[in-house]
Amino acid sequence: MGKKIVDLLTFLLGWIDARFPLTKMWNEHLGQYYAPKNFNFWYFFGSLALVVLINQFVTGIWLTMSYKPDGELAFASVEYIMRDVPWGWLIRYMHAVGASAFFVVIYLHMFRGLMYGSYKHPRELLWITGMFIYLCLMAEAFLGYLLPWGQMSYWGAKVIISLFGAIPYIGETLVLWIAGDYVISDVTLNRFFSFHVIAVPIALLGLVCVHVLALHEVGSNNPDGVEIKKNKDKNGIPLDGIPFHPYYSVKDLVGVVVFLIFFASIIFFAPAMNGYFLEHNNFVPANPMVTPEHIAPVWYFTPFYAILRAVPDKLLGVVAMGAAVMVLFLLPWLDRNPVKSIRYRGTLYKWILGIFVVSFVALGWLGMQQPTEVLTLMARIFSILYFAFFLLMPFYSKWDKTKPVPDRVTYK
Amino acid sequence: MSDRGNSLVSEDEVDNERRRFLIATTAGVGAVGAVGAALPFVLSFQPSERAKAIGAPVEVDISKLEPGQRMIATWRGQPVWVMRRTEKALKDLETMSAFLRDPESKVVSQQPAYAQNVARATKAEYLVVIGYCTHLGCSPTYLPEGTPHNLGDEWKGGFFCPCHGSKFDLAGRVFKGVPAPTNLVVPPYHYLNDTLILVGEDGGAA
Amino acid sequence: MKKLISICLLLLPTMAFANTGGVHLDHADVDLADKPSLQRGAKIFVNYCLSCHSASFARFSGVAKDLDIPEDVMSKNMLFVSDKIGSNMDIAMKAEDAEKWLGKNPPDLSVIARSRGADWIYTFLNSYYLDPSRSTGVNNRVFDKTAMPHVLWELQGWQKLAYTEEHHGEENKKVITGLKLVSPGKMNEESYRQVTHDLTNFLTYLGEPALMVRKKVGFWVILFLLILLIPAYKLKKEYWKDVK
Repeated sequence: MGKKIVDLLTFLLGWIDARFPLTKMWNEHLGQYYAPKNFNFWYFFGSLALVVLINQFVTGIWLTMSYKPDGELAFASVEYIMRDVPWGWLIRYMHAVGASAFFVVIYLHMFRGLMYGSYKHPRELLWITGMFIYLCLMAEAFLGYLLPWGQMSYWGAKVIISLFGAIPYIGETLVLWIAGDYVISDVTLNRFFSFHVIAVPIALLGLVCVHVLALHEVGSNNPDGVEIKKNKDKNGIPLDGIPFHPYYSVKDLVGVVVFLIFFASIIFFAPAMNGYFLEHNNFVPANPMVTPEHIAPVWYFTPFYAILRAVPDKLLGVVAMGAAVMVLFLLPWLDRNPVKSIRYRGTLYKWILGIFVVSFVALGWLGMQQPTEVLTLMARIFSILYFAFFLLMPFYSKWDKTKPVPDRVTYK
Repeated sequence: MSDRGNSLVSEDEVDNERRRFLIATTAGVGAVGAVGAALPFVLSFQPSERAKAIGAPVEVDISKLEPGQRMIATWRGQPVWVMRRTEKALKDLETMSAFLRDPESKVVSQQPAYAQNVARATKAEYLVVIGYCTHLGCSPTYLPEGTPHNLGDEWKGGFFCPCHGSKFDLAGRVFKGVPAPTNLVVPPYHYLNDTLILVGEDGGAA
Repeated sequence: MKKLISICLLLLPTMAFANTGGVHLDHADVDLADKPSLQRGAKIFVNYCLSCHSASFARFSGVAKDLDIPEDVMSKNMLFVSDKIGSNMDIAMKAEDAEKWLGKNPPDLSVIARSRGADWIYTFLNSYYLDPSRSTGVNNRVFDKTAMPHVLWELQGWQKLAYTEEHHGEENKKVITGLKLVSPGKMNEESYRQVTHDLTNFLTYLGEPALMVRKKVGFWVILFLLILLIPAYKLKKEYWKDVK
């Protein structure tokens, strides 16, 4: 009996393989994808990002079933989901907390890349596709934040759209074109909804596939920054590589469960995160006549928002904010040091990276505060430090004294 | 050097039994989790509190209903027919058995227990049924006796479904030889007073 | 890492609710397990608030179910003539009329506790004082120039601002120290505090009915995940024995 079933499945698999590269794909991406054996804590965030992505897709599909993209109905329909739809509150919280979780995971994933030089040759394109994913994510978060149609949704969107007004000559026309009305209105809400649930998710999904394919083409970097493909055995298998499945699938599973424990703790015990994930003022319906006293974007945008406010000129502020994101694209070419991992780079780089992280976090905090003279000064200092990290990189990365990089990865 | 590449111990050193056990345990607990995670999504498809509020019992005033006349109320968004039958119609009901599939309303899902009688009603004079055909859900047409028809000699007035030709008598009982399998559904209802029916609630009678 | 977390925790309260008019907020001490308090709060809400303020996203039936109020009791005591138990907690007054009669459209209170916070509501309800310069005759310490009259005056009575004199060199400055009751209402101070506590409690529930189950579900979910962690971790350990 058992043997017959196995035979049947083998036949079925053969039948499919003759028509679709199922086994081939499995082997290329899981069963015979050789990943370095020395991944550490920081290597969980790739698979976690995928978990959050799936969470956003599923909960998003469900929310769309009850949400009404209509200026008159949107706010009420969110409360309808929270109260009248069975378990709607859970699905909504999963989506809202998921948005913040996405950025937590992605920021840590990007920081991992910075630490271990994962953006360097031959992974430049991998880094760039990742950056595009990050851009999509920011667009997705911004578009989605308008949908609950609360005061913060409304005025947040208004402020961000107004940024385009800073562009010389076409600015005002552009703002009108984006909003589709003289103010942010029902029209704007509808087009944001369309982009949020259809256009950007499709792009995101495509980019994630490209990102994974690019990764599996060049192979994973690791905490030692050693190319494992340089040392292969007689079968062509990297000496320091282990098949992703089962070794990293069982390891990532543990990571996913631990992540879910944190994720569930927030969803069930602090879904609004005291105003960080769901802002208090967003429980007031959108009102184009009254701006809330204190508006700030959600935490994941505040570093860039702080840079915007630090510049005392509308156009230059917008340019600085845009540049703060875009400069990340150039990272593979700004870094002139051949050593990838922070483990073998000099003290100088460690300090500079530390200052960069402090600046980013500080800017994030500053972006949430009401601006005062002292805070604006601080924002300026940290903005300069933020940009200095990138713009001075071609110089300090050359001066830095590095340690010798081993030939093989270190394990145990 | 093992047969599985440089970084892995050889196959012989693997405790396969323990591995199988741990895979089964993790997969089993994980499957429970997957079902648990799916549950809120499945349950959220049920009618919302709004749907339930809109679908609340409705009062139907029958004071102006003449014998032989039918009125249509709405309950849960569906047409509910309330029909006042003539004395002749009530007598005719007794004679129909031979042509009907379920003359004694034995299929319990089609009416509350208090409507399991020839007239399929608590007060024989008034029929209360949901106006959807039990075949595929079209709404049948009311053809009182005397309306021209080609439905055969046994036809003494009733409901005829235009979609697939199902026939029902004036108690909503289905004829033999038509696609509809069961009698029309009698919703739960009770009389608040002589002229007021509450559709959607038994009033404790069931 | 630990340092980083503690720094983050230090910074967290900065996102708290804005706009208190600089007044220290009393702690509302919300307890959603206290059903009698919630029931009393619901009754006060229906009697005193629901004539001008709506709570359009809530339903009477939901409140009845969550607060263990039998539906017939709810229907008899809290519903208006035209309402059904499944109705939303709406009011008859139209927004335009409200604007005409009251000067401002009283906001819907469904999610007021989520935008203002329980402490703010609690303090607000206790901070009315006589102010002849206002058309309503009253003002509020946490919501200066509020258009809302002191609806609960019958219960609380009237308060006035209390001052002390401070000497700054030549000048004498009046400094507000708090409020004092100048004409008592039907209730003593303690009972009135209880009333406003109950009302705040109820409004907190009203802001998020899911609160009644959310934490309970969360407990089981996390417990389950911890159990799942055990075999998952052992499985990982078992496989990683291979790696040398």
